[in-house]
Amino acid sequence: MTSLLLIAPSVLAVAVFVYGFIGFTAFASLTKWDALAPDFTFVGLRNYVRLFETVRFQIDLRNTVTFTGFFLVSCLSLGFLLAVLLDQRIRAEGVFRSIFLFPLALSFIVTGVVWRWLLNPGSVQLGSTGINLLLDRIGLGLLKSGWYTDPKFGIKAVVIAATWQMSGYVMAMYLAGLRGIPEELREAARVDGASSFQVYRHIVVPLLNPITLGAVIILGHISLKIFDLVVAMTGPGPGFSSDVPAFFMFDTTFRGNNFAQGAGIAIILLVMIAVLIVPYLVYSLRTETQR
Amino acid sequence: MVRHMRWLAVLSVLLIGAVIPIGSAGAAGTNKLEIFSWWTAGGEAEGLAGMFAAYKQRYPGVEIVNATVAGGAGTNAKAVLATRLTGGDPPDSFQVHAGLEIQTYDPEKFLEPLDSLYKSEGWDRALPKGVLTLLQYKGHYWAVPVNIHRANVLWYSKKVFSANNLTPPKTFAEFFKIADTLKAKGIVPFVLGDKEGWESGHAFEAVLIGTLGAQGYAGLWTGKTQWTDARVTQALNTYKRMISYTNTDHAALTWDGAGQYLINGKGAMQIMGDWQNGWFQSKNYSDYGWATPPGNAGVFDALSDSFALPKRAKDRDNALNWLRVAGSKAGQEAFNPKKGSICARTDCNQALFNAYLQSAAKDWQSNTLVPSVVHGAAAIESWAVKYKDIMALFVTSGDVAKTQASLQAACKDAGVCK
Repeated sequence: MTSLLLIAPSVLAVAVFVYGFIGFTAFASLTKWDALAPDFTFVGLRNYVRLFETVRFQIDLRNTVTFTGFFLVSCLSLGFLLAVLLDQRIRAEGVFRSIFLFPLALSFIVTGVVWRWLLNPGSVQLGSTGINLLLDRIGLGLLKSGWYTDPKFGIKAVVIAATWQMSGYVMAMYLAGLRGIPEELREAARVDGASSFQVYRHIVVPLLNPITLGAVIILGHISLKIFDLVVAMTGPGPGFSSDVPAFFMFDTTFRGNNFAQGAGIAIILLVMIAVLIVPYLVYSLRTETQR
Repeated sequence: MVRHMRWLAVLSVLLIGAVIPIGSAGAAGTNKLEIFSWWTAGGEAEGLAGMFAAYKQRYPGVEIVNATVAGGAGTNAKAVLATRLTGGDPPDSFQVHAGLEIQTYDPEKFLEPLDSLYKSEGWDRALPKGVLTLLQYKGHYWAVPVNIHRANVLWYSKKVFSANNLTPPKTFAEFFKIADTLKAKGIVPFVLGDKEGWESGHAFEAVLIGTLGAQGYAGLWTGKTQWTDARVTQALNTYKRMISYTNTDHAALTWDGAGQYLINGKGAMQIMGDWQNGWFQSKNYSDYGWATPPGNAGVFDALSDSFALPKRAKDRDNALNWLRVAGSKAGQEAFNPKKGSICARTDCNQALFNAYLQSAAKDWQSNTLVPSVVHGAAAIESWAVKYKDIMALFVTSGDVAKTQASLQAACKDAGVCK
C-alpha cells in the first residue's frame, strides 16, 4: 500500500504529461485545427490523407528511411571496427577512447554547424572550401562533391555528421562487450584451429548480439526523430533532399499554424518509433520474466 | 553561427512558454512596455532602438522590454508568438508583416481593431491609399505600418557590367543575352542563395510580375488571374531558364552569403529586397547598382512591417502610445534611415535617407503597388508557406507542369481559386 502511494505522484505525472498529451495529439490530428485558435471539428483521417499526398512529406519519409539505413550501417561498422582496434591492448588506449568518445559530448547543433562549414562545397568562382579544399590540395579533386547542396547526396551528408558524432558511442558499447567476453572462449577456438577472422565471425560477433541490438534501438530512435542536426546543418536542402518529418512538423505547426497536420506528423513519427521499440520492450520483458 | 543560436532560442522559449503557467496574464498596472519583434541584426536593431528613443522622449518613465526572437523574415518569431497568443500571455505589441499575414493571428479573436486610432492620429490621410487597402482585413485596421520595403529590385555589380559594356536588362530576352555573355567569361550571371527556402519564391515573384504585369500578378492572389494561365507557364519556363545561370553552391548560401559574389566581382545580378542595400553598406561595398528586374518597370512589389495590439495586453495604455509613436513622423524618421527602408507615411524628410532610399521613395509615389507573397502581404500565411515550398522544390525539380498544378492546388486550398 505504501509502495503504491509512493509511486502514485510519478504515475500520475506520466499519465497526464506523457500519455495524456499523446492522446491529445492523436485527437488533435483528427480535427480541423488549421489556424491559431483551436477548432475541434472532427474530420476523421483527412489530415493523414492530405499528408501522404504532400510531396514534401513523401520526400521526408524516403529521407528518413535512407538516413536510418545509412546511419545504422555506418555507425555500427565504424564503432565495431574502432572497438576491435582499441581492444588490441594498444598503448595510450585511454587517450584514443576519449578522442573517439568526445564527439558524443557535443550537442547536435554544434556538430551541425561545424559540418555545414566542412561540407560547404564552395564554387568555381569563389574557390573551394572545407573538405573540398582539402581534396583539392592533396590532389584528389576528382572526389569533390556538392555534398548537401547536391540533391542526389542530400541527407547522406547529414549521415556523415551523425556518424562522426555517434560512432564513438557505439565503440564504447562494443568495447565493453568485447571486454566481457571471457578470454577462454577465444583461446579454445584458437586451439581448435580457428583463424582470427573465424574467431570474430563465430565467437565474438554472436556473443555481441545483445549489444548490437541495444545499439540498433538507441541509434534507430535517434535517427527517426532527428531534427536539430538537420536544422543546424542543412535546413530542408535543395528540393527537400535533406528534409526530415520532424522539421516538416515544426514548419507546418508553428509557421503554417496547421496544428492538426503537425499533430498528424507527430503521430506518424510515434508509430514509426513504436514499431522499432515495442518488439524490443516485449523481448526484454520476456527475458526478464524467464529469469 | 548566430543563426543557429536562434533556433536554440526559439526552442528554449517554446519550452519555457510551455512550462510557465498562465498566472502572470492578469498582472496589470506595471509601467512596462513589451515589444516583440524579430529585429536583432545590424541596421534593424539600430532602427528599433531609434524608435525606442523616440518613445522614451515622449513617455519617460516607461521601461521598455525588448523581446526579440531572431530569424530572417520572422519565421522563428512567429512560432513563439503563436504560442504566447494562444497561451493568454501576449506581448504588449508585436511585429507583423502588413497585409494578409495578420490572418494568421485570427484578429477577431486575438487582436484589437485600431480604427479609432487611425482616425484620431490622422493616419487615414498620412498613409498612401495602397497601404491602407493592404492593411484592412475584414473591414478593420489591425496594425500600424512603420516602413515600406521593396522586394523587386535587381542588384548588379557595376564593375562587371561596365567591364563588359552592359546595361541592366529591361526584358527577359535582354537578361538571357547578358547572361550568356557573362557565363562565357566565367562570371555567375544570376546569383541565388536559397538555403532558407524562401529566396526562390521571392525571385519568382519578380518573374511573375515581369511576365503577367502588375494587374495580372495581383490577380493571382485575389482569384482574378488563374494559376493555370498560360502566362504562368511562361513565367515558370523563364524562371527555369534563369536558374540554369545560377551559382552551383546556391543551396549552401543564404541571400547575404550569395551577395558575396557581387562584392568579389564574380557574380553579376541578384534579385533581392532592398535590405540588400544595407547589407552591402555594412560590407563597405559601394560598387553596386540597382534596377527593376526585367519587365518590372513601374511596379513596386511592397512589403511593410507593422505593429499590432493583442487583446489582454498587460500594459494597454503604453502599447497604444507605442503605436502612436510607430505611426508618427518622428518615429518613422528615427526608424527608417537606420533600418534601410522608406517611411510608410508620405511626409518624411527625404534628406535623412541615402541615395537608394530616395529613389525608392520616388518610385513609391509614382509606381503601381503590388503586394509581396513571400513577405506576408499578398496571401494568408498557410498559402504563402505552400507557395514558398513549391518554388523551393522547383529549383531542383524544374518540373513546370507539376509545379503549376501544385500552385493551382495551393490556391484552391486557400479558398481563392475555384
